[in-house]
Amino acid sequence: MKILVQGKTQGIILKSQHSINFLGTVDKKTGIISDKNHELFDKSIKDSILVFPNGVGSSVGAYTIYSIKSNNAAPLAMICQKADLTVATGCALANIPLVIVTDEEFSSLQTGQKISLDTESSNPIKFL
Amino acid sequence: MELTKEEESALKGEQGEIMQMAYRILVATGEATDAEKLIPIEWAHLSGVNYNTIGDAGEEFLAGISKNARVKVKTTLNPMGFDIDNVSNYRLDDNFISKQLSIKNSYETMGVIPSFSCIPYEIFDIPKEGTQVSFAESNAAIHANSFDNLKTNKESAFSALASAITGKSPYSSLRKDDSPNLTIRMKIDNPNELTYGMLGFFAGKVGNNSVNISGVGGMDRRSCKALCGGMGTSGTCAKFLFGDGDPGCEKIDFDKKEMNDIHDELNTAEKGDLITLGSPQLGLEEISDLTSKLKGRSFKKRCMIFCPRSVKEQARKIGYTNELERAGCEILADCCTCLTPLINKDNVDSVTTNSIKGAYYLKNSNGIDVNLKSLAQIIEDETR
Repeated sequence: MKILVQGKTQGIILKSQHSINFLGTVDKKTGIISDKNHELFDKSIKDSILVFPNGVGSSVGAYTIYSIKSNNAAPLAMICQKADLTVATGCALANIPLVIVTDEEFSSLQTGQKISLDTESSNPIKFL
Repeated sequence: MELTKEEESALKGEQGEIMQMAYRILVATGEATDAEKLIPIEWAHLSGVNYNTIGDAGEEFLAGISKNARVKVKTTLNPMGFDIDNVSNYRLDDNFISKQLSIKNSYETMGVIPSFSCIPYEIFDIPKEGTQVSFAESNAAIHANSFDNLKTNKESAFSALASAITGKSPYSSLRKDDSPNLTIRMKIDNPNELTYGMLGFFAGKVGNNSVNISGVGGMDRRSCKALCGGMGTSGTCAKFLFGDGDPGCEKIDFDKKEMNDIHDELNTAEKGDLITLGSPQLGLEEISDLTSKLKGRSFKKRCMIFCPRSVKEQARKIGYTNELERAGCEILADCCTCLTPLINKDNVDSVTTNSIKGAYYLKNSNGIDVNLKSLAQIIEDETR
């Protein structure tokens, strides 16, 4: 596991196997995904532990992550499989904890599970 | 990533909130790209300028940090949403205009050069070979790495901003001399700029950090820019090396099938209501070439041309502007086809363009159909 943005939180997992293009497909005010072809279409990422492979698309998507945080519509934390600069820097600025996990850890996480995340702990992800 | 004592102190907040924010971004960037340290950069180019993309939160963020943040190195800026000279012709609402002007003002207050251009490599002097820069605009990052002998990550809007404020960036793999593990073999004969745009789009989809491209000969500037624009749009790849690469490299062909697949993905209309040229923006060389191609001819429909302000002014002095306006072109500075609020679904169904990057964003962001054609074909079909 690699820690990109530190923090401590707990919440319910919302997981997608699809990458997320934050610019254009995530509503800046509500955190609802507007892309009809996306697994999380019409769902809000607000207050979830958002688990997804990685971010794609424009460098400006970092601003979208900052916007959803400013509008209180951001996830509590993000857990990805692969690091990308748009998500990493968006979370860094918005102070959203972000960790990169191994493929095995990624497959063990499922929508609906309650977990705690503490990047300072030796075992950062705990199932509750 | 190892930090110096001074960098550690900035990260802890001992040098103020702005520096703490900037270092938090740089550390996340460094950890994401497995960099071992920060190194100095000499030039930053920022994205996140168009109110259409960064919205109210972005506008407020920039207004807030501009009270204290100042850039430490030469910093240039991506296009914004409109050209102030002719914005009244395009029915934008007053809120958009005032928020966009606030964003412009914030960047200027921070000491950023208001270039409003996605082709910094064409309108500014290129520093000496191997210079480290931080370019957020994807086509510019790829052009810098592949044609200008500069070195940059494919930065995000925030990592480039953090580099501008600190003068530093993580020493990630793209900043070192690497050898790609993938070679794309170009198999299409007599390519034009549209072919190169599709080749770039394909390369971005299959490549990771960097790719070799074999089978391409000399390219004109229009084709080089199309290649970079296409690649920046589709993926995370940020560098071309021309040649076969190491013998052990994986090889993938770009042939008629691959080209047609991309054409089918992006070409969604038989014809356009209007024509746009520029994404990336046109430079003086392309404006000059277009002027001579249009000698004695006129467009049968609207044609919007996007270029940097400095190019628009040079074109006016040389007399190209008169010629182009006579041929029916609207010339717009400071903005671009890509993510423009000036073309919307309410008044336009489809656009004809030779830009792969423009096509992708018109379709996905503006919700407008696209008719792809090379410039030569556009002039043949759309002028008389």
